[in-house]
Amino acid sequence: MDWREEGILLAVRPHGEHAAIIEVFTRDHGRHAGVVRGGAARRMAPILQPGAELDLAWRARLEDHIGTFEVEPVRSRSAILSDADALAGLGAVCALVIRSLPERDPHPQLHAATRALLDAMAAGAGDWPLAYLRWELGLLEDLGYGLDLSACAVTGSAEGLCYVSPRTGRAVSRAGAGDWADRLLPLPPCLLGQGPATAEEIVAGLTTTGHFLARLAADLADRPLPEARNRLVARLSRRI
Amino acid sequence: MTQADRDIERLIELMARLPGLGPRSARRAALHLIKKRGQVMAPLAEVMGRVAATVRDCAACGNLATGDLCDICRDPARATGEICVVEDVADLWALERGQVFRGRYHVLGGTLSALDGIGPEDLRIPVLIRRIADEGVREVILALGATVDGQTTAHYIAEALAEAAVEVSTLAQGVPVGGELDYLDEGTISAALRARRRV
Repeated sequence: MDWREEGILLAVRPHGEHAAIIEVFTRDHGRHAGVVRGGAARRMAPILQPGAELDLAWRARLEDHIGTFEVEPVRSRSAILSDADALAGLGAVCALVIRSLPERDPHPQLHAATRALLDAMAAGAGDWPLAYLRWELGLLEDLGYGLDLSACAVTGSAEGLCYVSPRTGRAVSRAGAGDWADRLLPLPPCLLGQGPATAEEIVAGLTTTGHFLARLAADLADRPLPEARNRLVARLSRRI
Repeated sequence: MTQADRDIERLIELMARLPGLGPRSARRAALHLIKKRGQVMAPLAEVMGRVAATVRDCAACGNLATGDLCDICRDPARATGEICVVEDVADLWALERGQVFRGRYHVLGGTLSALDGIGPEDLRIPVLIRRIADEGVREVILALGATVDGQTTAHYIAEALAEAAVEVSTLAQGVPVGGELDYLDEGTISAALRARRRV
């Protein structure tokens, strides 16, 4: 059994004294783990940093074995290290992918979005928080928890949408919300694809996606949202 | 199996737990110790027993000490108003080998790691904040690894100290002494280029 493709490094754990077990996110093989022999060596440390793009050659005797990776660096994205917000964003992306995606299940669209998002963070693009918010929407969509923001769940109208139902994930208009408005989640225009967005709108959008990500995390493993994601939201909230 | 055989087996088992040693090399090392029990094994056992009984964490900085405070924290000449924050005692030893930094240290005992569940409360960050106020610190130098976890921790500490009247700096990143550009990874080269200075 073997394959070769590029992937994003999500996490590294030491395995014995000399090896490491890495988790990567690839287009065709999804989230995939494997052993890197010599992965604990100092010369490998700059290569095996989360967020790095790697050329991966995986090999195992049987399909269900963890297998071994041969890795070559493609892009390090090390510029993220010097930007505190982007570093928090990278932590949130890696933690959410690890916690949410089933192993060896391809999610090509989400992979492409993840790659673009990390590239934007590394390039210091000012609008990456909005791209991150849309990435969370894409993650929910890919895992069957997508929000239906096309029309109001109460009136059927596509006008004046400003809330999301925390139960169904469907949009609700101001007219349709009535007395229930304070129990609904915010729907900032940026969640409807209308940008650019202010920091306040992005944090409001993250409140809404966070509600459904928390539900996803509870359904998958009865765990809360990853701390890294909470840390990112706290950082972005300080921009308001 | 006699008691002596059992003890030797136990010795090999314990030595095999040391970094760099596997069962086979532990057997070889144990055999060497037994052969040289007068010259090596007995003094080694004595020193190990003494170190195990006396060494503890320095109450102030987290360095290894034989009393409440380590030698560096006890030395008044090192109260320069500078604290260098490191991840581990091994990092402190590395900086001491350089003999360049003459201030005091603060050993965190690890770095923040979301995946391993290590949060700020698991590190010695609250003690650091207390020390800054108590010791009249002017500058905190964050000497943490240029890794995702190291830099996440550095940014967290810098933010935690934002309100304190103290200057926060980090180590430079770039070309190491004796390093040739051709052999450097892309991340180091881009960090070096970003941190370039006029000559």
